[in-house]
Amino acid sequence: MRVEQDEAVRHLTDTPLLDLGAQADQMRASMHPEGLVTFIVDRNINYTNVCINKCSFCAFYKDEGADGAYIIDEGVLMDKIRETIAQGGTQILMQGGLHPALDMRYYTGMLIKIKKEFPSINIHGFSPPEIAYMASQSGAAIRDTLIALRDAGLDSIPGGGAEVLSDRVRSVISPRKINTATWLDVMKEAHLLGMRTTATMMFGTIEKPEDIASHLEAIWRLQDKTGGFTAFIPWTFQPGATSLGRETTHATAADYLRVLALCRVYLDNIKNIQASWVTQGIKTAQVGLRFGANDFGSTMIEENVVKAAGVAFIVSKNDIIGAIRSSGFKPAQRDTYYNVLNYF
Amino acid sequence: MSRRVFDKVYEGKRLDDKDALELFRSDDLFGIGRAAAFVSERLHGKKVFYTRNRHINPTNLCINRCKFCAFSRSVGQDGAYAHTIGEIIDKLAATASTFNELHIVGGLHPDWPFSYYLDLISEIKLAFPHVQIKAFTAVEIDHFTKISGRGLEATLAALKERGLDMLPGGGAEIFNENVRSRLCPEKIPASRWLEVHEAAHNIGIKTNATMLYGHIETYDDRIAHLMALRALQDRTRGFQAFIPLSYQPVESIAACSPSGIDDLKTIAISRLILDNFPHIKAYWIMLGEKICQIALYFGATDIDGTVIEEKIAHSAGASSAEALTAQQMIHLIKRAQKEPVERNATYEEVNATCA
Repeated sequence: MRVEQDEAVRHLTDTPLLDLGAQADQMRASMHPEGLVTFIVDRNINYTNVCINKCSFCAFYKDEGADGAYIIDEGVLMDKIRETIAQGGTQILMQGGLHPALDMRYYTGMLIKIKKEFPSINIHGFSPPEIAYMASQSGAAIRDTLIALRDAGLDSIPGGGAEVLSDRVRSVISPRKINTATWLDVMKEAHLLGMRTTATMMFGTIEKPEDIASHLEAIWRLQDKTGGFTAFIPWTFQPGATSLGRETTHATAADYLRVLALCRVYLDNIKNIQASWVTQGIKTAQVGLRFGANDFGSTMIEENVVKAAGVAFIVSKNDIIGAIRSSGFKPAQRDTYYNVLNYF
Repeated sequence: MSRRVFDKVYEGKRLDDKDALELFRSDDLFGIGRAAAFVSERLHGKKVFYTRNRHINPTNLCINRCKFCAFSRSVGQDGAYAHTIGEIIDKLAATASTFNELHIVGGLHPDWPFSYYLDLISEIKLAFPHVQIKAFTAVEIDHFTKISGRGLEATLAALKERGLDMLPGGGAEIFNENVRSRLCPEKIPASRWLEVHEAAHNIGIKTNATMLYGHIETYDDRIAHLMALRALQDRTRGFQAFIPLSYQPVESIAACSPSGIDDLKTIAISRLILDNFPHIKAYWIMLGEKICQIALYFGATDIDGTVIEEKIAHSAGASSAEALTAQQMIHLIKRAQKEPVERNATYEEVNATCA
């Protein structure tokens, strides 16, 4: 049974952290009784850093023509995928800025080339802001845009760009980004086409407990209709080199674990919750495995966006396996759809 | 995990070896955390202590060269250094307004005479009378007895007379002699470490205690270590804080460090076993500020300080920041629903500079 909104808010403000953690831990154990903690071997590929949205929490974007602005070279892209597969990777996470000069032909062409050369790789790509931008640029409906991308080779969609699904928050931290309704609409259309997606939440900016509660409610409701979300991934705003970072006090580890635990307790219809070692570091992510998380995310062969905000943890697949094991869980490599590929 | 051990905690009864082993083997992270938080709140309410401190490592030349230490150097080796007292005073003068506790530990210099250390203390006290000096681990004190030709109490008394306020807890590593002889055969035996601290307590010098865990020791070794400290504290009441130190492999591989879960359990179990220690300290330099903050829910009541210029843990690849501002510490403590209290080295509350 879903948590009521006022109860969710209370969990964020009043419930003792260890009580909420214990509740999430119990729920994680009953949803994943085998004690597995999964991870995926994949690579983040950012095809461009040019972006018209210029969100205040982002340290990655550039203006077109600015120093360091790029569109990925096709040869480089293919090499990156080849290396990923050589390292046992099964997925590429492909995201980029909203580049005004790129069109549907570019995106579908890129997908077709990738699939032609690497038919086995799962392309997990294009978060809702990118898809909505492609649709508006080409004048097509979101559904038709998704169909074109899927037919060209797109397999699944990452849950980025959700930030906090509250238009009050979005209008302040990312006024040019799609609103809550559009984000949810892209995900709904993708689910209705049979595509699986993740959902995320980036918190620790200016949101209030009520905003987090409405984010979880919106995700819960959509999942109740479609069942299309494979996992939920909360992470914290990384203030490093961002313009927002100079104005806000960031979320601490206690805030992270509290929200993580609430996500587990609230989202009883989403099977997997990811701990974010990229933003929290290995040790806090390990503790996250007792605060509701059952997945350790990705080995992140390459991560540019968070790195641009000043966070860099160098971690190998063996580190991830060891970190899961020393936390008292059985490590397993999974695919995009959370099927186990290898036990360690 | 049986209720029996928790019942003992809530009834204020002392835990024994068997209870401690049950706790270490248990995966009831939340039950253990709640019990430890119960104890720390009984002692200190919501208060969490921090200090404005600075580290000075006078030299990295060391005749010991312990295996796990990435800080020490031999004479003539690249990066070896030894500061004169004048250099140290100059370094301190540059930031003197930012700290009131000075933490001085260093290598066992092959040539320095005892007078260097005596003069170092008195000149710092002269130049910065407001600063409390917490200096020299038991390993260094033992070394001083050799270079001074004095007995243990006389050596400590001479340092105290010059202005030494406190001894830090380093060099304890793990007391079990088998493990110790594999980990750091060069270092003084556990019995000597305890002797130095007992002597310090006897002449009125307060000290801290540490335990390096997460390498090759067993739970039984951790328990024996804690029990030895508790027994000494029963006699002297001279310990202020216990600081569990999470092992950081020299070639830092996350997978080989203790897990964040082990770190929190070790903090909490230390709080439960060491019922006669005023404080358990979560040392953010070793744990990172994130686990350090979570440790406040697991019985820790001290998060050390701003730590300007920490070299030893960072030489081993600690990925924590090099210094935290007092504002950051206050934020971490408040976000953990605790009350930040600035202290000096001897745990007197300093006039709060924060709202």
